[in-house]
Amino acid sequence: MNIFVCVKQVPDTETKITPTSDGSFIETASIKWIMNPYDEFAVEQALLIKQANPAANVSVVRVGSVKDTEALRTAMAMGADDAFLVEAADNLDSYSIAKALKGAIEKSGKKPDLVLAGKQAIDDDALQVPQILAEMMNLPSVSVIVGFELNGTTVKAKREVEGGALEVYEVATPCVFATNKGLNTPRYASLPGIMKAKKKPMVQLSLADVGVSDADRRVKYSQFRLPPEKPAGKKFDATDAAKQKEIVAQVVGLLRTEAKII
Amino acid sequence: MANVLVFTELHDGHVKPVTLEILGKLAGQTADVAVIGDVSAEQVALLAKNGAQNVHKLKGANLDKYSPEGYANALAEFIKSKNYDYVFGGATSMGKDLLPRLATKFDAGLASDVVNFVFEGGSFAGTRPLFAGKCLAKVELTGPKPHFISIRPNALGMTANPTAGAGTAADVNANAGTIRATIKEIIKAASTKVDLTEANIIVTGGRAMKNAENFKILNDMADVIGATVGASRAAVDSGFAPHAMQVGQTGKTVAPSLYIACGVSGAIQHLAGMRTSKVIVAINTDPDAPIFTKADYGIVGDLFTIVPIMTEEFKKLLGR
Repeated sequence: MNIFVCVKQVPDTETKITPTSDGSFIETASIKWIMNPYDEFAVEQALLIKQANPAANVSVVRVGSVKDTEALRTAMAMGADDAFLVEAADNLDSYSIAKALKGAIEKSGKKPDLVLAGKQAIDDDALQVPQILAEMMNLPSVSVIVGFELNGTTVKAKREVEGGALEVYEVATPCVFATNKGLNTPRYASLPGIMKAKKKPMVQLSLADVGVSDADRRVKYSQFRLPPEKPAGKKFDATDAAKQKEIVAQVVGLLRTEAKII
Repeated sequence: MANVLVFTELHDGHVKPVTLEILGKLAGQTADVAVIGDVSAEQVALLAKNGAQNVHKLKGANLDKYSPEGYANALAEFIKSKNYDYVFGGATSMGKDLLPRLATKFDAGLASDVVNFVFEGGSFAGTRPLFAGKCLAKVELTGPKPHFISIRPNALGMTANPTAGAGTAADVNANAGTIRATIKEIIKAASTKVDLTEANIIVTGGRAMKNAENFKILNDMADVIGATVGASRAAVDSGFAPHAMQVGQTGKTVAPSLYIACGVSGAIQHLAGMRTSKVIVAINTDPDAPIFTKADYGIVGDLFTIVPIMTEEFKKLLGR
């Protein structure tokens, strides 16, 4: 069984984002890169499947800059078998990334049984790549999954929708799944795992190798800027128990008379 | 003038409010609406009032409930029979799942989670947040048409006096095609409230809630003001609330009219997910908590005494 996990490398959630002076993207020089948090659930799910099916091979695939390979090394340290890295700018659009992932999976020479990816990357928050990839590969897909059960070649997957309701899907492999928080608890890479990961194969490819060119861009971004700052609000000290009721009544009143919201 | 299709999903037979937000904003373009299944004359009238010219009701086998493949196949076939420049939809659970698949059937691009847009010389130019709202960028589409756009609920707002459209409704024979991923069962959520991403009012609890049981005081307030209850990452990671309730960069990005943060310190990843809320109220014991930098109304005090008082004040104000 061949399992492919698509991962993205994104700025750590505590990163302060600074647009470049020309507004074409963000400053990336001093960013701490991490594996996209939602992708960790995809890697973990692949490793859980491998535990139950030791013959399974888990490949991780990433499209992005090569100056830091943190995400792929982390995935291999967690237990993935090999990695494919397609060198590209960090601001490619979803269509180009999906096409590059498809190309890299084909280049591996392995026929995928399962393709897993995080439901969204926390940089461009597009929530597109898994569904585009499924469509390009002509495979069924289930996105935002919080439950996964593999029986032979059938998967029962729980997809989270509005308000926490769940749609329970049944689908035959091969198929694509986009993982959400709550699916599992990603393991930490062990020290031996980290040492072993250094010796695991990582194949590097160019966008041309996987058949992607500038003509594949569908979404153009420009004018990156910080959101406007709100003017300072009103702050009330309600630590004195005797004044609490009065202050809360005042704030609730302001929500109607000033903010006109209630 | 652009030729636009707006896909709307139905919730208990009602079109989603984001559809009306989109239609209102499309004044000056020609806008049709597509819906899968039947929609009442009253709902068609509402769509017409907000600018819909034609309302296409796609009907066929295996379309009685949502499936990404069935809906994408049916809509693709319909869209191919027309000549639309743009296809819009809400960035809802369904929209986020469906629209990337649908766009790819045309090898076309999708601008997702757009919060504002204009047409510049007939071409779409949108604004969308990236990095969970830590920055904004202009978004444009290129390549084969139609171009697809998903709009974040609550972002555009309703247009006060929309230009009405003809609202001509007609059935369309639709084909779901082959559905490989099928829904066997739907497990209802414990809460019947609207989802955080579509809520008009949100009350959120942070780490200071101390445990899951204490969320009751937030639920009580939410019931009075018709709010949906959310939680910070710290509260979710501590097991006080499920991830479906998480607001922030690794949870949901929200933009309600009123956001009440209770015992939320305001980590950068949380602020990113809620800073575009129209009015923010923060309750925290720490006067230096970062949440106060984003709050329109900050109350320094203990949430366990402030929240019940606030609930009573809301009751009085609203006569409940």
